[in-house]
Amino acid sequence: MTRAQIKTDIIRNKYIYIMALPVIAYYIIFHYMPMYGAIIAFKEFNPALGIIRSPWVGFKHFKSFFEGVYFWRLIRNTLLISIYSLVWGFPAPIILALLLNEVKNNYFKRTVQTISYLPHFISLVVVCGIIKDFTSTDGVINDIIELLGGERTNFLMKPEWFRPIYVGSGIWQEVGWGSIIYLAAITNIDPELYEAATIDGASRWKQTWHITLPGIVPTIVILLILRLGGLMSVGFEKIILLYNSATMETADVISSYVYRRGLLDFDYSFSAAVGLFNSVINLILITSANKLSRKISETSLW
Amino acid sequence: MVTKKTVGERIFNCINITFLTILAIACLYPMLYVLFASFSDPIELMKHRGLMLRPLGFTIEGYKLVFKNPSITTGYLNTLFYVTAGTAINLFMTSLGAYVLSRKNVLWKNAIAFMITITMLFSGGLIPFYLLVKSLGMVNTRWALIIPGAISTYNLFVMRTSFASIPDSLEESAKIDGANDFIILFRIILPLSKAVLAVMTLFYAVGHWNAWFNAMIFLRKRELFPLQLILREILIANDMQSMSNLEGLVDVSVQANADIVYFARLLVQYCTIIVATLPILFLYPFVQKYFVKGVMIGSLKG
Repeated sequence: MTRAQIKTDIIRNKYIYIMALPVIAYYIIFHYMPMYGAIIAFKEFNPALGIIRSPWVGFKHFKSFFEGVYFWRLIRNTLLISIYSLVWGFPAPIILALLLNEVKNNYFKRTVQTISYLPHFISLVVVCGIIKDFTSTDGVINDIIELLGGERTNFLMKPEWFRPIYVGSGIWQEVGWGSIIYLAAITNIDPELYEAATIDGASRWKQTWHITLPGIVPTIVILLILRLGGLMSVGFEKIILLYNSATMETADVISSYVYRRGLLDFDYSFSAAVGLFNSVINLILITSANKLSRKISETSLW
Repeated sequence: MVTKKTVGERIFNCINITFLTILAIACLYPMLYVLFASFSDPIELMKHRGLMLRPLGFTIEGYKLVFKNPSITTGYLNTLFYVTAGTAINLFMTSLGAYVLSRKNVLWKNAIAFMITITMLFSGGLIPFYLLVKSLGMVNTRWALIIPGAISTYNLFVMRTSFASIPDSLEESAKIDGANDFIILFRIILPLSKAVLAVMTLFYAVGHWNAWFNAMIFLRKRELFPLQLILREILIANDMQSMSNLEGLVDVSVQANADIVYFARLLVQYCTIIVATLPILFLYPFVQKYFVKGVMIGSLKG
């Protein structure tokens, strides 16, 4: 298009461009400005000088992060929490969807579904408050343990319990909600396949294994790519609500460390460097997961 | 088609139904426990061990304390404001963006879509984001909780998919009648997209209702705090500031006040959870089908 044609188009359809403006401005200001702001990772940021005038220091902050005492602990904790969440939390909604699909009583099925979605909408603060109350020394979980002859433990003060609590409560909160997408995929499977299988004498187990499961594989693959792409990104919100000085050893992840060093200790440049390192890793992971999936299953995000 | 059920199938059905019932109870029980505890006599509650199937005794003293606590009541009002104003801005901005991206013949449309997609894969990180909001002068203002998250990119794409499925002929005939893009969006597209609009409203509103982190890092003035932040102080941080008003409210002249304050705290914890979650629990049964619809629309690739 020539410049003149562009001009006439903009004038004629001016309203759509006026509509686009606030949206573009929003993305530039709240998403691209922080990307630009991330250059403070290579500077010694001084709030009085601002981003531009703060002096460059190259890779100093990255170096001190890589050589720091917490580096491997953070990588290990982040990876372990993600991997446990993946191993236990990823199959859970698939299994739930398959089990729900086997229920013939629609009323019962819908009731179970409705109840199982509920925890998804409870706020993280409340969920963590309940976890704290239930797992405390005089909480309901310890009451039961004592009744069964066990000993009381303050679970949130024990480093070895942090990951099970984090992952377990995550599954509790998301298993029902996560199953929706698989149930939707199951309803899209051609019913003729089941009819044909029944005529051929396939048992219900065989139908599940050979029709239902293959029918939802594309959905599984897409969600798996997303999960793999997010392996190094564990959100800080739930971590900082649940951890304490006693459980840092297993609980502190990259994002919570960024939060603490940056916003509590005001080490802006250092924690921006840690955050940038994490963002780059995440980008590499999601693009590689996508590429890998395109190669092996022809399903991909883009 | 009637097929005879094998013994194996019957056993499977029994186990399946039992398992799903247990799962549903597990999803619901923690909230029920809190509900029972919130009405219980705190002294009996302290003595009680194990699960609860009904309130122990009955008292609404806890709720009285909650509603007399000025932190909680202002928090509630603030949250109502953030939910209403925030969701309104979310819907306006998301509709604009979705409309622009769903039209044909918009210059640089692909570039805009690309620019938006990138932000889902890469971000500048928490610290640059914090510094940006700070430099915009939004710290300690209500804007900090409304403007920086004006558009959720995921929701934007869901809405675009929905807008794109509306036949072009409607738009064309409106254009012939002299309608501009604002009229087309607000008079034709949005009224035809009530379902997706409901879904977006719910997603955004629940997001605002449950949000706490941005409030924690951007707000210092207590009179601006949303409910979740007050809740965090009461449940997680055991902050005395939000609880301190309790001492004045309980009649301390009668007994050793330490005990009373302790009991009051215990009860107030449970009551605030209920008060903060009730709107969601109450609305949930009526709106859950829209949530489910939202996941379905989102799962289709646009």
